[in-house]
Amino acid sequence: MAFLEIDGLKKRFGNVEILKGIDVELEKGGFLVLVGPSGCGKSTLLNTIAGLETITEGEIRVDGRAINDLHPSKRDIAMVFQSYALYPNMTVAGNIAFGMEMRGVPAAERQKAIDKVAKILQIGHLLQRKPSQLSGGQRQRVAMGRALVRDPKLFLFDEPLSNLDAKLRVDMRIEIKRLHATTGTTIVYVTHDQIEAMTLATKIAVMRDGEVQQFGTPAEIYNNPTNVFVADFMGSPAMNLIPAKIDANGSGLSVVLDRDTRQPIVLPMPGAPAGLAAFKDKQVIFGVRPEALTDPEGAERNGSEIATADCHIEVVEPAGSDTFAVTNLGGKGVVARLRADARIQPGTSTPLAFNLSKAVFFDPATEKRIL
Amino acid sequence: MSAVTSPARPASSGVRARTLNRIVIYGLLALFAIFYLMPLFVMLVTSLKTMDEIQNGNMLSLPHAPTFEPWIKAWSEVCSGLTCVGMKGYFWNSIKMVVPAVLISTLLGALNGYVLTKWRFRGHTLVFAMMLFACFIPFQSVLLPMATILGSLGRFGVTLQNATGFNFGLGNSTVNLVFVHVVYGLGFTTLFFRNYYEAFPTELVKAAQVDGASFFQIFRRIMLPNSLPIIVVTVIYQFTNIWNDFLFASAYAGSGDVMPMTVALNNVVNTSTGVVEYNVNMAAAMIAALPTLIVYVVAGRYFVRGLMAGAVKG
Repeated sequence: MAFLEIDGLKKRFGNVEILKGIDVELEKGGFLVLVGPSGCGKSTLLNTIAGLETITEGEIRVDGRAINDLHPSKRDIAMVFQSYALYPNMTVAGNIAFGMEMRGVPAAERQKAIDKVAKILQIGHLLQRKPSQLSGGQRQRVAMGRALVRDPKLFLFDEPLSNLDAKLRVDMRIEIKRLHATTGTTIVYVTHDQIEAMTLATKIAVMRDGEVQQFGTPAEIYNNPTNVFVADFMGSPAMNLIPAKIDANGSGLSVVLDRDTRQPIVLPMPGAPAGLAAFKDKQVIFGVRPEALTDPEGAERNGSEIATADCHIEVVEPAGSDTFAVTNLGGKGVVARLRADARIQPGTSTPLAFNLSKAVFFDPATEKRIL
Repeated sequence: MSAVTSPARPASSGVRARTLNRIVIYGLLALFAIFYLMPLFVMLVTSLKTMDEIQNGNMLSLPHAPTFEPWIKAWSEVCSGLTCVGMKGYFWNSIKMVVPAVLISTLLGALNGYVLTKWRFRGHTLVFAMMLFACFIPFQSVLLPMATILGSLGRFGVTLQNATGFNFGLGNSTVNLVFVHVVYGLGFTTLFFRNYYEAFPTELVKAAQVDGASFFQIFRRIMLPNSLPIIVVTVIYQFTNIWNDFLFASAYAGSGDVMPMTVALNNVVNTSTGVVEYNVNMAAAMIAALPTLIVYVVAGRYFVRGLMAGAVKG
């Protein structure tokens, strides 16, 4: 039995169904990230776990106990809000201790708990300040301190890093990960940033329109997306989704990628998924991540299914650590990820290596993965 | 402008035009300021003069020998109707009415605003629209129905008096006026607080809920301590309105020693026995106007800030 279990959870506002039957579970000490575009229902789902929103149907259980009808304060949860939601009229110490004060914890005990948390988060020197006198990163720490001090069963984070600048966000991301590793708490974390999702999570739930599109480990989500949406949403730069045709030549199947003026590229697929045979002579969506489309020298030497084809390079983007090259296949811009020192010129033709063992196929009608 | 369109012209003409503009603008502003301050000035200097000086001198001239005699007389001796005990009793009547009325209406307005923004219920917009409508009901139309209600409350007070030996303040003129002003002021105070709390971050309320704070704990510990600007606005507005109210005061407490300041002042000025003591009347009027002035001077800088709160983000 998992630590956090969400069973068939539905949420309706009038006639509008915001959450359409969510089934998710998380083991103790796990880190669940709910990720998706704006309006997918991820924050609503978090609020239902917190008890700030009621649910229409289903059940939420923590440690085997149904909590969906309990008041937020009775659920043994702590929450970090997007805006940090620090009480402006109280000092940092007052903010951290407010929850304990409300539960009638004696002052001496409160002080001890504040000191302990302040030490973990290194905010001891800030305890007597008001939130308005803190920087963004400091506020973030205090907000986490307010959650940590309660030592709850479950931590809820609602896009906690979205108000920080890019560098601080990376620092705090590492900090949160370290915190999770050292304290072993169970965390549910909402974000729209797929990098945060990939780096932090032990389990990811990719959501869209109130439905979980895919639920799994970061590696599963990244390498085996179940549909076009997940494939497109996770990963940066995004997966190349190229319209292609399946051809049968003799023994095996091959993928045909159209090009504007020149001969189409034909990639033999000896290890094609079984379901692909049904799409013979039909259109599919051929998905290949930028790192699986690279210069032949940079391609995995021991990759079993490397196919090389000349591609016309339209744009070259040196990003420092890598060089991205944009070519055009099947009428779409396709990004290849090359080594930083790859010698490549826009406007020329260059051989690119397709790592076909990493390629995935989708049915263009249902947008589902072809297995 | 002219400097831009015709750069050949000497720059000084543009400067001269600007100076002229300034003179006109500041001249007009000064004129209006003098116009508005003139009555206050006349009141003040007249209240410090002797009757001789008033009768023989210029209204605008400064007093030759300033005296506080009229102020003392106004405070403790002047006649209102037939009783000659000065304004002090009526002054305290007003204080006893205005302080509870302001506190209660402000607190209830804050509570209404809190519920209407953070604990929304079905039909909250309708309730707010009706509260808003209350702001536009003219005083006069309330007079008769309110008199009926106060009469009933008074009779109920007598019943309670007979049954329990205590009337719980029902039928008392000051209590009646507090009641009237709270009811009438509720529309305004609710409007002020609702608009202020509309921009108040809801996440703070949610965070407090997760922290285990109850409905009233959130109100007292989170909402009220962060509402200083709007509390000041509401208090100034309510204090000024209730203190200066004459219609309700004269209708429901228009005679005897329960009169508020405004009614008493009117009676003092209208008392026609012998010479009209302008200096005493002016001093009495100054005393009547002083509390609202003091409130504004003490808390005024929050007033503008509070009125502008929520108008722009940040």
